[in-house]
Amino acid sequence: MIKNISNLGDAAVYCDFGKEVNKEINSNVIKYFYSIRNQKIKGINNLTPSYNKLIISFDLKLTNFNEIKKKIENLNINEVFIKNNKELKIPVCCDEIFGLDIDILEKKLSLKKDKILENFFNTEYFCYMTGFIAGMPFLGDLNKNIHTKRLETPRVIVPKGSVGITEQFANIYTFESPGGWNIIGNTPVEMFDSSNEKDPNMIDPGDKVTFYEISLNEYKSYNER
Amino acid sequence: MNDNYFEIIRAGINTTFQDEGRDNLYHIGIPFSGAMDIRNFYLANKLVNNILNTPIIEFAYQGPHIKFTGDKLNFAVTGDVVFKIKKNGIGIDGKCYESYQIENGDEIDIISTNKSVYGYLSIGADIDISYQWKSCSINTRAKIGSNDGNKLSEGQKFSLLNLNTNYNKKKINYINTKIENLRIIKGTNYDYFSQEGIQNFFGKQFIVSKLSDRMGMRLEGPKIENIVNTNIKSEGLIKGVIQVPADGNPIIMLSDHGTIGGYPKIGVVASVDYDRLVQISPGSKIKFKEIELSDAETLFKLYEMETQNLLSQI
Repeated sequence: MIKNISNLGDAAVYCDFGKEVNKEINSNVIKYFYSIRNQKIKGINNLTPSYNKLIISFDLKLTNFNEIKKKIENLNINEVFIKNNKELKIPVCCDEIFGLDIDILEKKLSLKKDKILENFFNTEYFCYMTGFIAGMPFLGDLNKNIHTKRLETPRVIVPKGSVGITEQFANIYTFESPGGWNIIGNTPVEMFDSSNEKDPNMIDPGDKVTFYEISLNEYKSYNER
Repeated sequence: MNDNYFEIIRAGINTTFQDEGRDNLYHIGIPFSGAMDIRNFYLANKLVNNILNTPIIEFAYQGPHIKFTGDKLNFAVTGDVVFKIKKNGIGIDGKCYESYQIENGDEIDIISTNKSVYGYLSIGADIDISYQWKSCSINTRAKIGSNDGNKLSEGQKFSLLNLNTNYNKKKINYINTKIENLRIIKGTNYDYFSQEGIQNFFGKQFIVSKLSDRMGMRLEGPKIENIVNTNIKSEGLIKGVIQVPADGNPIIMLSDHGTIGGYPKIGVVASVDYDRLVQISPGSKIKFKEIELSDAETLFKLYEMETQNLLSQI
């Protein structure tokens, strides 16, 4: 299932699962991720699954590229542990104080705000990966009508909770961060809980996510319940 | 507050608690963090007889000025650092790579790192701080680690536990070597760049930008032309990866880097050069030299043996 294995520097293995980004390829990546993690291979100190790649970092004091490569090639992928995936509903407020790029999107997509949101809210999303910043979920796939490029100049600060879209994906800024996604709204839900070391992410790879719209008042009172 | 503590009189520019960092969390977006210059981190701890992974104070450019209250405290400073020890208002110059003992009311004033970036202050005690994922390392971006994930600030006090008050001076002769030629292993998107772009990358000089921190080192220099695509499908990053965004200025990922990125990877800094890479200060000139994986592995082994040898001399 891995198309090609190469080295990324002297302390990581780069597994390429194919050029496309789709759920089938991504679920292979996730299968390998859990399977390798479960086998606790000596020297491996990090695994980063993404849409169609898996990067395996290792401690060069304990092992090397060829050793890890051989182990990955001989891995018995049938003995995988698959995590139970969740189905989540996330509230989003698209009031103009949060929808920072709605105006630009109306022009870029030649669609009115209500149509953009209709497309966004009427889709079930799949979490391909988490990362960049702690807990940030990369969700797909957006309806083709609202595919769009990144902002030409990324923002220096994207507010925490911002919900953004780019190409076929949506994501949630779990912390204030720089970023170039088109921001359409904001969620009051805390997406990352660092006090829960076992399971800090609200959304994990493989989870299904739908969004529902809330008003500004509902947003403001959300965390008071 | 415990009977033994230190108070921060001046915090310095980027002063944090660090240890070896936390592993196996890339998949949720958390990088290793940890001491930037691991060799100097280990040496500092060994000089005060600590377990090598004991939490330490890391600082950049200007260090902290701290005052000790309590019994007796051993400490050491590593890196290329200018500091003073103040007893009864009288300051004496301290030397790096030597252990000292101070008493109630004494102060340590870390003035600057000399033509380098990071320095380390080890303390012969356990600092009473919290851990997340078994590490105290402060990651200010995700607010993770001790001190609620924040840099240390003026006026803060930290209790000290299990003070080791036995003192016999330990020292080692060690000079931090500087590098200008970084050894690089070809990256996974090497063929995204034009012949000329590659020649610029491996032939010409780059200047380290002021916009460099624990997350990354930004470089300025000749343009590295991309002839395929200035974006890739977002995928994992590791320490030392060199990404080239659309503007053609390379960025080297450092210990607090974002775990996923969408810019092509032209190369990766060989592990052997990482400790010295992080010490290159803004405004410095650097060059890249391509090496093979097998050479990088051998060079790292030798570097690691040298580190072990230094530790065994203490």
